[in-house]
Amino acid sequence: MKVTQSKINELLTESGCEHNQKKAGEKKNKSCTQQAQPGAAQGGCAFDGAMIALVPITDAAHLVHGPIACAGNSWGSRGSLSSGPQLYKMGFTTDLSENDVIFGGEKKLYKAILELHQLYSPKAVFVYATCVTALIGDDIDAVCKAATEKIGVPVVPVIAPGFIGSKNLGNRFGGEALLEYVVGTAEPEFTTPYDINLIGEYNIAGEMWGVLPLFEKLGIRVLSKITGDARYQEICYAHRAKLNVMICSRALLNMARKMEERYGIPYIEESFYGIDDINRCLRQIAAKLGDTDLQVRTEKLIAEETAALDLALAPYRDRLKGKRVVLYTGGVKSWSIISAAKDLGIEVVATSTRKSTEEDKAKIKKLLGNDGIMLEKGNAQELLKLIRDTKADMLIAGGRNQYTALKARIPFLDINQERHHPYAGYKGMIEMARELSEALYSPVWSQVRQPAPWDKEEV
Amino acid sequence: MALITVPEKSLTVNPLKQSQALGAALAFLGLKGTIPLFHGSQGCTAFAKVVLVRHFREAIPLATTAMTEVTTILGGEENLEQALVTLWEKSQPEIIGLCTTGLTETRGDDIDAFLKEIRKRRLELSHTAIVFAPTPDFKGALQDGFAAAVESIVAQIPKAGGINPEQVTILASSAFTPGDVQEIREIVTDFGLQPIFVPDLGAALDGHLEDEYSAQTVSGTTLKQLRSLGSSTFTLALGESMRGAAKILNDRFGTIYQVFPNLTGLQPVDEFLQMLSMLSGKPVPEKYRRQRRQLQDGMLDTHFYFGGKRVSLALEPDLLWSIVEFLQSMGAHVHAAVTTTRSPLLEKLPIDHVTIGDLEDFAELAVGSDLLVGNSHGKAIAKRLSIGLYRLGIPIYDRLGNGLFTKVGYRGTMELLFGMGNLLLEREEEECVTPAKLLH
Repeated sequence: MKVTQSKINELLTESGCEHNQKKAGEKKNKSCTQQAQPGAAQGGCAFDGAMIALVPITDAAHLVHGPIACAGNSWGSRGSLSSGPQLYKMGFTTDLSENDVIFGGEKKLYKAILELHQLYSPKAVFVYATCVTALIGDDIDAVCKAATEKIGVPVVPVIAPGFIGSKNLGNRFGGEALLEYVVGTAEPEFTTPYDINLIGEYNIAGEMWGVLPLFEKLGIRVLSKITGDARYQEICYAHRAKLNVMICSRALLNMARKMEERYGIPYIEESFYGIDDINRCLRQIAAKLGDTDLQVRTEKLIAEETAALDLALAPYRDRLKGKRVVLYTGGVKSWSIISAAKDLGIEVVATSTRKSTEEDKAKIKKLLGNDGIMLEKGNAQELLKLIRDTKADMLIAGGRNQYTALKARIPFLDINQERHHPYAGYKGMIEMARELSEALYSPVWSQVRQPAPWDKEEV
Repeated sequence: MALITVPEKSLTVNPLKQSQALGAALAFLGLKGTIPLFHGSQGCTAFAKVVLVRHFREAIPLATTAMTEVTTILGGEENLEQALVTLWEKSQPEIIGLCTTGLTETRGDDIDAFLKEIRKRRLELSHTAIVFAPTPDFKGALQDGFAAAVESIVAQIPKAGGINPEQVTILASSAFTPGDVQEIREIVTDFGLQPIFVPDLGAALDGHLEDEYSAQTVSGTTLKQLRSLGSSTFTLALGESMRGAAKILNDRFGTIYQVFPNLTGLQPVDEFLQMLSMLSGKPVPEKYRRQRRQLQDGMLDTHFYFGGKRVSLALEPDLLWSIVEFLQSMGAHVHAAVTTTRSPLLEKLPIDHVTIGDLEDFAELAVGSDLLVGNSHGKAIAKRLSIGLYRLGIPIYDRLGNGLFTKVGYRGTMELLFGMGNLLLEREEEECVTPAKLLH
C-alpha cells in the first residue's frame, strides 16, 4: 500500500464519517484535515495511531522499521490485554543506525523479518514504516512481499509514517492494511446467523471481557475482534460476519464502510459506556440480526442486568449524586461518558467537543441541558479555569491531563488508553462508580488543600 | 578490562535504549522557565512525553514543531519559527531547549542557520535563550542526548566573570535522579560551597506541589545562574558522560574540573567528600562522619547476602559503571552486563564482558543470576526467570517515588544497599524453604 496524497485525502474525507456529511462532498471537514500546530500540538502521530489499531492482535509480531525513538520510546506502554499470546507486547525494531540511513534500510529490514520468524514464529508480521524510512525511500511493500514468499507467513506493510498526520489518520491506515492484506484471506470453520465483528474495541484494561459474556448469553458469536485480544486468523475471516459493530470510535469507520461495500456487511455505531448505551447496543444488534426470538431474549437479559446493576449501584449513587464533573476527552466519548455519568446521578457541567461531530454535539447539548458548557478547544490553563469557574468537584480526562488536575489538587479519573480499570458494559459501570467514588471521597483532598499551621497563624 | 560485544543482528528485540532527544529533554527540564521543543513530527514529542510523565508522575512541558511530510520536503524553518513564536506568545519561556530528531536530522535541516534568520525576523524572541542540541534518533541513546544538551547549555549560555571562590559548577549526568541531586546539594552546601547544578533535576522533578499552574518548568537552574557559570572556581563532573561539558567550561573559562564517575559506595563517597573538604578548606562535617559509620555498619549487616551473588545489569553506561563498582565492593559478582551505547568507560569496566544490546540479549545472558538490575522493561524477564528485579534507570512505570529515590552519598548508598539486600535476602529465604534437591 502506497501513501499517496489521494489515499490520505480519501481517508480524511471518509464518506461514512459524520464529519464529512452535509458538506456537499467537496469540502473537507476542518477537524479531520486540521494540521498539527507547531508549538501547540499535543497528540500522537499517524504511526502511533496505526500501532494502537493493530498491536492488540496478540499472536502477531509488530516490527517498527525506523530509528530507536519510534519503538524504544513507546514499546510496552499500551494497555490492551491478551487472554493468550503475549508476542504482541514485545518491542521489535530495526533500530536504524546512521549507516542504514545513508545506505538504505531495506536489507536490514528483510534480515530482521527472517530473524524474527526464526526466533519467535509469529502468526503474522506487521511492519510499520516511520518518518525516516519514508524519507530515505525504503520500499517496504517490496520487502514485505519478498519476505512473505520466503517465510510463508503473512508480512503486512503498514505505511503510516508519523509525519503524514494525526493518530486518527493512522488508525485508518491501520484499518486499510487489514482490508488490503488480511480480511478475506481465510474462511471460518463454520458460520452462524448470529456472527458479528466488533470493530474499534482494543480491550483496554480487559474491557472487552466484561462485554463478551453478554453476547455469549444471547447466543451472539463474535466472529472477529478488531482488534482487541484478537488472533490474526480471526481477522482473516471477518468478511463472513453478518454485522459489523463499531464501538465507541470512528477511528476505523473506513473499515466498516468498505466491508459494507465489498462484502455487503451492514454496520452500526454503538457504545459500551453507560446503561442506556449498552442497552441500546444490545437492542440494535438484536434488531439488525433480525430475529424476534433473539430480541425477546435480549430484552430479558437487559431487564435482568439492569435490575442487578441498580442494586449494585445504589450505594454509589447516594455518594455520587449531585457531584459536578468536567469532562475533557474527544469525539464520541464526550457524549457516551456523559450518559454514563448521568446514570450515576453525576452532573457534567462542561465537556470538550474538540473532536466531536455535529451529531455528537447535538447529542451533548441534549444531555448537558442549557447550563452545560461546551469547550471547543483548550489547554491545561483554560481547563483549570473552567473547573474553578464551574465549581466542579472532579476532572474526567485522558492520562495526559492527570497531573494537570492533581497538581491543582483536583480529583481525577482517567478514561483513556493507559488506564487500568475497565468501564465498559454493566460490570464496567460498577467499576466506574467505585473509582469515581474513591477518587472523590479520598481523605487526601482535605489534607493537600490544608495550609500548614504556621501559615494559618500568619493570616 | 571488559571485552565489548555488539551482537550482529538486524532485529532489535525489546529495546533497552531510548532516543537521544528524550535524554536531551530530560536535561532541559532541569532548567527553570524552560520548555523543551522537539523539531520533528508530533509523535516524537508525544512518545517522549508519555515516558517522562509515567516515570516521574509529573506534568512535563514538551513541545513539537509538528513537521509534516510536506514541510519536511520543503525544510523545517517555517515550522520551527511558528513553534518558537507560539511558545513565546503562550508563556514567554526564559529558555527553549531545541532538540532535533531522526526526521529532521535525515532531512538535514541547518538549525544554526534557521535560528539566525528567525532571530533577525522575530525580535520578540530576543528575550528567550534558545539552546540547540543535535540529537538524531539514529545515533546514541538517552545518556548521549542528555550529555549533548548539557554541552550545548554550557557552550551557549555562560558568560565570563570574576571568580567567586565559593561557587562550584556541578554537572550531573542522566545517571542521577532528582533525589540524588538533592542529596548532593545538601552535602556540597554543608561544606559552605555554593553549588550551581547543570541541570538541577533535584529542584525541577522532585515532585512537589506548586500553587499555580505553569506551562513551563517552575524550578531548576535559572538563566542567571547559568550565565554566571564562568565565575565558578571548580567543576565537579558527576558521571563520565559529563566530561565533554566540563571540558567546554575549561576551554571557555579555564575552570579546572574533576570527573567523578560514581558517587555510590564507601570509597567513591570518601573521595568526593575529601575533594569537597579540600575545595572548601573545611573539615568533613560530623553529620557525614556519623553517616559513614552507619554505612559501614550496614555493609557488615548486608554482606552475607551480597557475597558471591551473581547479579546481571541492564543499564546505561554511567549507571552501569557505578553499580558494577558498588556490587563488587560488596563482594557480589557481575554475571552479565548489557548497556545501550558506547562510552570510554566500557572497556575499563572491571568485568570480563559487556554487551551493547537489547533486552533479548539480556534475557539470554542473565540466566543463572541471583538478581537483575534494570528498568521496568526487565520485569517480563525477571518473571520468566523467577529472579528478583531491582529497578534502576528509565523508565520505571511500576514503582512509586522514582523521583526521590537516592543512591548517592553515604545515606543513598545505604538506601541502595538495603533495597537490593532485601531482594537477595528474600530469595535466600525462599530457597531455604524449597530445597529442590530434597524433593526428588
